[in-house]
Amino acid sequence: MNCCDKINIDIPKGAKKIVLAGNPNVGKSVFFNALTGMYVDVSNFPGTTVDVSHGKFGNDVVIDTPGVYGVSSFNDEERVAKDVILYGDIILNVVDALHIERDLFLTLQIMDMGKPMIVALNMMDDIERNGIDLDVKKLSELLGVPVIPTVAVKGKGLEEVKKNIHNAKIGNANPQILEMVKEYIHKVGEQSEALMVVEEDEDILKEYSLTSKGKREEVYRLRREQVDKIVSEIIKKEGKGNTFRYKLGQYMLNPITGIPMLAVSLYVMFKVIGVFVAGDVVGITEGVIMGEHYEPFIRKIASGLLGDNTLLYRVFAGEFGLFTLTPTYMLGLLLPLVIAFYFFMSIMEDSGYLPRIAALVDRVLSFLGMNGRAIIPIILGFGCITMATITTRLLGTRREKIIATALLGLTIPCSAQMGVIAGLIAPLGAKYLMIYSFTILAVFVLTGTLLNKVLPGKSSDLFIDLPPIRMPRLSNVLSKTWTKSWMFIKEATPLFALGALIITILNETNALVAIQDAVQPITVGLLKLPKEAANAFIMGIIRRDFGAAGLTDLSMSASQTVVALIVITLFVPCIASIMILFKERSKKEAIYIWLGSFVTAFLVGGAVAWMII
Amino acid sequence: MTLDKAKKGQTVIIKNINDNEIRVQAIRLGLYEGAHVNCSGKIPFGPVILSNRLQEIAVGRELAKRITIEVCDLKEGA
Repeated sequence: MNCCDKINIDIPKGAKKIVLAGNPNVGKSVFFNALTGMYVDVSNFPGTTVDVSHGKFGNDVVIDTPGVYGVSSFNDEERVAKDVILYGDIILNVVDALHIERDLFLTLQIMDMGKPMIVALNMMDDIERNGIDLDVKKLSELLGVPVIPTVAVKGKGLEEVKKNIHNAKIGNANPQILEMVKEYIHKVGEQSEALMVVEEDEDILKEYSLTSKGKREEVYRLRREQVDKIVSEIIKKEGKGNTFRYKLGQYMLNPITGIPMLAVSLYVMFKVIGVFVAGDVVGITEGVIMGEHYEPFIRKIASGLLGDNTLLYRVFAGEFGLFTLTPTYMLGLLLPLVIAFYFFMSIMEDSGYLPRIAALVDRVLSFLGMNGRAIIPIILGFGCITMATITTRLLGTRREKIIATALLGLTIPCSAQMGVIAGLIAPLGAKYLMIYSFTILAVFVLTGTLLNKVLPGKSSDLFIDLPPIRMPRLSNVLSKTWTKSWMFIKEATPLFALGALIITILNETNALVAIQDAVQPITVGLLKLPKEAANAFIMGIIRRDFGAAGLTDLSMSASQTVVALIVITLFVPCIASIMILFKERSKKEAIYIWLGSFVTAFLVGGAVAWMII
Repeated sequence: MTLDKAKKGQTVIIKNINDNEIRVQAIRLGLYEGAHVNCSGKIPFGPVILSNRLQEIAVGRELAKRITIEVCDLKEGA
């Protein structure tokens, strides 16, 4: 087997595979760019949201891997990194000098694979800043491979690394681990695979039909003891760990200072994304570019080719057309929002703030059956439910994914919808804003608590590394933002197009009108709303903001408006997120979540209606 | 005693991690049975923060209840 079969990287004859490996946020991408220059390809690893970049260094191919703490299969990133590292010819291991006791675990693991490697000891400026004295020569001696001190962001040591790539050496593997590995070398392709067999890696065991001998923990312990021994020999002087950044990290975790900091961060995000991007930017991209230029242009071509207002015309260029609504929605509305959200998330991730937020909110989310990591899809949900639903993949267990997906679909208003809701609710005054917010919050808390009680099994506990606080690098943030946004567009567009097609069919067959008639008793009888409100609800299936906007034209009392907004918010998410919902969850789970949101929306709306109207 | 009872500023020795999946991941981050680590913070009712040199790890409170530790107060012993 070869890593590059999976991701389709072309390896010329005689070229070596140089693989970059390292823990998360150690500056690997700077090395990657320094080696490969401008021409870089990005390939998606099938079945994951993980992208792998590759480029050329002379005649050789350089492959980047996702940041991992070790080579194994605890999550998608690790599986991808494993598939690339196991079959590399030369490994360039980037190590965060400040976090050497964490990073060396991976280094030693790669040495146990018998791979020629070279270590770039990065962030050496942080070592000085913290007053630590680290013996680089000694480290190189102990490892048996070249170690080059670098400050990659300032370009220090990069040339040295380039020059020494081909001086990579097979390091001093742990003799005890090597003994265990030897038993399997003849049964598998190479030493790296044999190590994975000893470490009970499921994929490799399956590939060679071998059974695990339960040695992983022992191997990990041996390696960890070796790391600690090396660290104690190379650190000549410990720092005080009392720098401003260290203290900032502490403040982020302490609720007294951390909660106000979180509130300010979210407020800034809301101002930039909710007001500027969702309003001004989308006004141009959706309103002007797509609405005034692109769509009329498409309609003109379509009516020329397909005839005016024929069935085919309506399929391709009609109200829900494949070439009108789909691109307008995906590119005009969602893309700017998704880019803005991923931009902020990348900053929070690269600066080390995100894991600290996860730790801070862990307790609160644990009541809802999730751990602190679920804050990531929840924050993203305020941008776009579809994007957030994709992100629920990073949660540990199936039950956490169900709870997060259900809460997203049910209670979180996306930024497109929030703009319209804010516009409708602002003139009504504080009392109605309170009723609305309280109801949505109550449904959020009750649904989470209830699902946590009824769903079988146990949610996973929070266990995360808190990386040092660092200034995020703009180029890193931008490339991350772009990769993730592009992946979202690639994944969601076909699904949204399919959804738009279904809506067109429903519309053509008059099924939409039939549904509107069918729900009227609920609209009028239960919710005490004008019967036309049903139109807004149906439109809400297509796009949540359409639904909310449909209410603007109705003449309703303040109480009626609030009830209608509550129903619209709780009501099914837009067609794109329904499609993602069905893709991510099993059919049964998706139907429960979908129907559940209908029932909840009408019941809660009804209850509020009978209280206030 | 268990980790959730540790106090901020204490040095503790990890005795046992009662969770198979986490135990293996923990070794990679420097928390193995016998390791000396520092309890550098506790979020009220929330995670316990452990540190070893500059490495910090947040451990959820429920998980902390399944980690057995021993307090090792060198200052008092000396």
